[in-house]
Amino acid sequence: MTGFRLDRGGLIDRTQKLDFSFDGASHSGFAGDTLASALIASGRQLMGRSFKYHRPRGVITAGAAEPNALVELRQGGRKEANTRATMIELYDGLVAQSQNRWPSLDFDMGAITSLASSIFVAGFYYKTFMWPKSFWEKIYEPLIRKAAGLGTASQEADPDRYEKAYSHCELLVIGSGPAGLMAALAGARSGVRVILADEGARLGGSLLFENEEIAGQSGFDWAQAVIAELASMSNVTLMPRTTIFGWFDGNVFGAVERVADHVAIPPHNIPRQRYWRIFAGKAVLAAGAEERPIVFGGNDVPGVMTASAMRHYANRYAVAAGQNIAVFTNNTSGQRTIRDLQSHGLNAFAANIVDVKGRKGVEAAVLSDGSRVHCDAVAMSGGWSPIVSLMCHRGARPVWNDTLSAFLPPDVGPQFVAAGSAAGKFVLSDCLADGAAKGTLKGKVLATPKCRDETFEITPMWWVKQSKGKAFVDYQNDATAKDLPLAAREGYNHIELAKRYTTTGMATDQGKLGNVNAIAILAEATGKSIPEIGTTTFRPFYTPVSFGALAGPFCGQHFQPVRKTPLHEWAEEQGAVFVETGLWMRSAWFPQQGEDWLASASREVLATRSGVGLCDVSTLGKIDVQGKDAGRFLDILYCNTFSTLAVGKARYGLMLREDGIVMDDGTTSRLADDHFVMTTTTANAAKVMSHLEFVHQAHFPELDVTYTSVTEQWAQMAIAGPRARETLNKIIDGAALDDVNTPYMAAREVTILGGMSARLFRISFSGEHAYELAVPADFGGGVARAIMQAGAAFRIVPYGVEALSIMRVEKGHVAGGELNGTTTAGDLGLGKMMSTKKDYIGRMMAGRGGLVDPQRQCVVGIRPLDKKDKLRSGSHLLTRGAKPSLANDQGYITSVAWSPMLKIWLGLALLSHGRTRIGEVVQVYDGLRNQHMLAEICKPAHFDPENARLHV
Amino acid sequence: MLITCPHCGTRPVEEFIFNGDAAPSRPRKVDSDSAGQWFEYVYLRDNPKGWMDEYAHHSGGCRQWLVVTRNTGTHEVKAAVAVGDYVRGKAKLK
Repeated sequence: MTGFRLDRGGLIDRTQKLDFSFDGASHSGFAGDTLASALIASGRQLMGRSFKYHRPRGVITAGAAEPNALVELRQGGRKEANTRATMIELYDGLVAQSQNRWPSLDFDMGAITSLASSIFVAGFYYKTFMWPKSFWEKIYEPLIRKAAGLGTASQEADPDRYEKAYSHCELLVIGSGPAGLMAALAGARSGVRVILADEGARLGGSLLFENEEIAGQSGFDWAQAVIAELASMSNVTLMPRTTIFGWFDGNVFGAVERVADHVAIPPHNIPRQRYWRIFAGKAVLAAGAEERPIVFGGNDVPGVMTASAMRHYANRYAVAAGQNIAVFTNNTSGQRTIRDLQSHGLNAFAANIVDVKGRKGVEAAVLSDGSRVHCDAVAMSGGWSPIVSLMCHRGARPVWNDTLSAFLPPDVGPQFVAAGSAAGKFVLSDCLADGAAKGTLKGKVLATPKCRDETFEITPMWWVKQSKGKAFVDYQNDATAKDLPLAAREGYNHIELAKRYTTTGMATDQGKLGNVNAIAILAEATGKSIPEIGTTTFRPFYTPVSFGALAGPFCGQHFQPVRKTPLHEWAEEQGAVFVETGLWMRSAWFPQQGEDWLASASREVLATRSGVGLCDVSTLGKIDVQGKDAGRFLDILYCNTFSTLAVGKARYGLMLREDGIVMDDGTTSRLADDHFVMTTTTANAAKVMSHLEFVHQAHFPELDVTYTSVTEQWAQMAIAGPRARETLNKIIDGAALDDVNTPYMAAREVTILGGMSARLFRISFSGEHAYELAVPADFGGGVARAIMQAGAAFRIVPYGVEALSIMRVEKGHVAGGELNGTTTAGDLGLGKMMSTKKDYIGRMMAGRGGLVDPQRQCVVGIRPLDKKDKLRSGSHLLTRGAKPSLANDQGYITSVAWSPMLKIWLGLALLSHGRTRIGEVVQVYDGLRNQHMLAEICKPAHFDPENARLHV
Repeated sequence: MLITCPHCGTRPVEEFIFNGDAAPSRPRKVDSDSAGQWFEYVYLRDNPKGWMDEYAHHSGGCRQWLVVTRNTGTHEVKAAVAVGDYVRGKAKLK
């Protein structure tokens, strides 16, 4: 006999039939069912296969702790693995699959591991797959992963939406059973903002299935009246389907609200789940207690479940797991199950069980007196564990109580307290009174209604030692009663070690059912007491949280914002291919028909160096620095001096970190005595801005200076090449540019195109006679188009960051590869820039012996001896003939480029004693491709070392 | 976790970037005698359990640097002041 639906009762709507499928078979249930209750009602006990032995498994609980009945819910992009059938609200059209079985749940080949179970003991993987070492990654691990697995993730994108939200309250109540409802009511009536959250679909907690009597009515009716009152109050927010999964700093609680998991497809504009951060003045944990299994042979046969789950299914869902039910209990609460099941006309009886017989369902039980009794389901109660997890998330440990045989929550201060059975109050009137007391924030404690009480007594009994069959401690990980003493014998006698050695308490249920039993068995095996063994560490998340909820709306294009430069549209018109640089989209190259990136970039270089090119450099950080002390401020920030810079001039600056390493570089110009405009590298723009703020506010607040990021306010473009000046002269107002009014390193405010304000800098990264023109951002595209028109006669080209990078390597200018957080100004060949006449950030530490050691690797140029060889960034440099080894390593290549001018691959490198080794031939070793080649060390400037082209 | 910025009011911790111990002061001298002070300033940090003054940048708000007094054991935040006020307070103590 398997499970079936009772004729009467339950909180289900028998008029609303819901069709669903499990492993392809059609079933039906009623509104109000869970997938688990509907499957049991359909006679389907077998819901999964166990992790290691692939044993047939049925449902053990009716709630969040379920270790066995894990299914893949939904299909396609909506598929969710390892979903607990006990928590899935049934809906019409629901589709679920069992997991960890092949080829089918009823006939699983993996179950042959059960036959060889004597070798699958604790630590099996560690003992068996030790050698040969090379087998691990390629053979053992993939095999183990295939055989011992949970559900599989969908390969498709999740089509649903997820949200994130914040909420604030004076009182957060977690759990809506008797204690939770009283706490929420007490808080609500005093007028404070109350949030009542419960992981269940319906509020009421244990009152949804326990037969209680409160205030002269049934517990269920009393709960409905309280919930109705709470719902009517504007200061109360009720949050069913919401799991509080973690307790964090500042009394912040993380929660997931399953907004639309109970329908096939979320309605339009409704998220599937919502991730909450709840800021609570005070929180009351009224999460109840978890009933423990007893460890005896065959305690995992489908049809064996906890006693409370058994009456939960009968009372709430009108589902019986069997007709003849043996109830094995070590405490008085088991009597409730016998009474409730008998009231439904089932044959329930107490039994001291040693072994349960049956494979895919219960057939009989062997009792302690050796007799055998026929039964088709077994209910067990090994006592109750308060659900203390949340209160231990910030490091506190629960406290053992001998009378209750349970760990109670620790005292973590008045901001977060437990109430009701979560606090070890196992009698109803105590729960109600405790909830009222903990929920009352001010004034007189809310009066408690009268109720019918049942006493609670327990005689500890963890492990039936006479059992012959496998007795499971941790269902989800297939850890048995024998594994823990074995772990202790092998030296893993600390609970944290035993956990990892036996895997007890790991995986998706985190030992909610099994941990206390495991601790008790380990205590016995080691001759210690339970509090001496103690618990493992409780951490968020209380139950699994989907990646979708954690990511919220920040996926796909919303993962991070995209920054487009003011010239983006212009670049698109020019056919640019863009590259992501941080958040920025930068134009990388501008291919013409049939060109790959290298052909395009090479053509752009040649055209720029022979005529003129236009490049968008708007992404460079731009900081406007103003004030009486602006010059002094820059002197502190840069290792070289800016206070002496003439108005109308630009200067290259180098910024160090306080430890003497180079932080950033860029050109800063003086527009007036008290007005500079600083540029930074694209990558460091935000960092440098924060640095300015720090240096000023923390170290030199006396300086009269202000600074504002104006990166986005200005469009900036480089116009480079021998025809650059002629091009600009076509758009500039007034006198034509010449070496007198605009000499090299000039910085001027000009007007262009008949009155548009602009800033013109005669600076060059390409090595050509070049300018950078800055215009208000909104005019960027228009100005770029005007320049293209003006330069048409000189065959102007747009060039991207690839061409820019080639030209700077040809010129030996340092960039990100060299400013890599390990190099000093001296390493970059810029040591002479370091002033000795002033304090600046990094000055003292830059002078340390290790940072001026001549052995240090410094920037050199490098080119292959064989012109056909291709240099690779990251290749290591060795003395010619030396074998590659750490000891022989002399440096490495930081940047490479194909030079269209010199027709070879060029590089920059960091090389020990580099500057004294110009002309030396070194060995280049590319360990990734196992390539060797010879290359010559040269000065960094490969092309136009005299800088003659700046002045053509 | 909430921090009360002296400029912006109570804001979530996500708006702030922390930058370590605010207790060490940047030496004002750059002569060779002060090398030891500089080394201490740049590299040596206490790692207290309990109350600690830390630099925090309200980068998602007013962009002012603050000094936040936080308990490293409990993450309780006692105070947040503008860095200038903190530096002036330290100077007074000397």
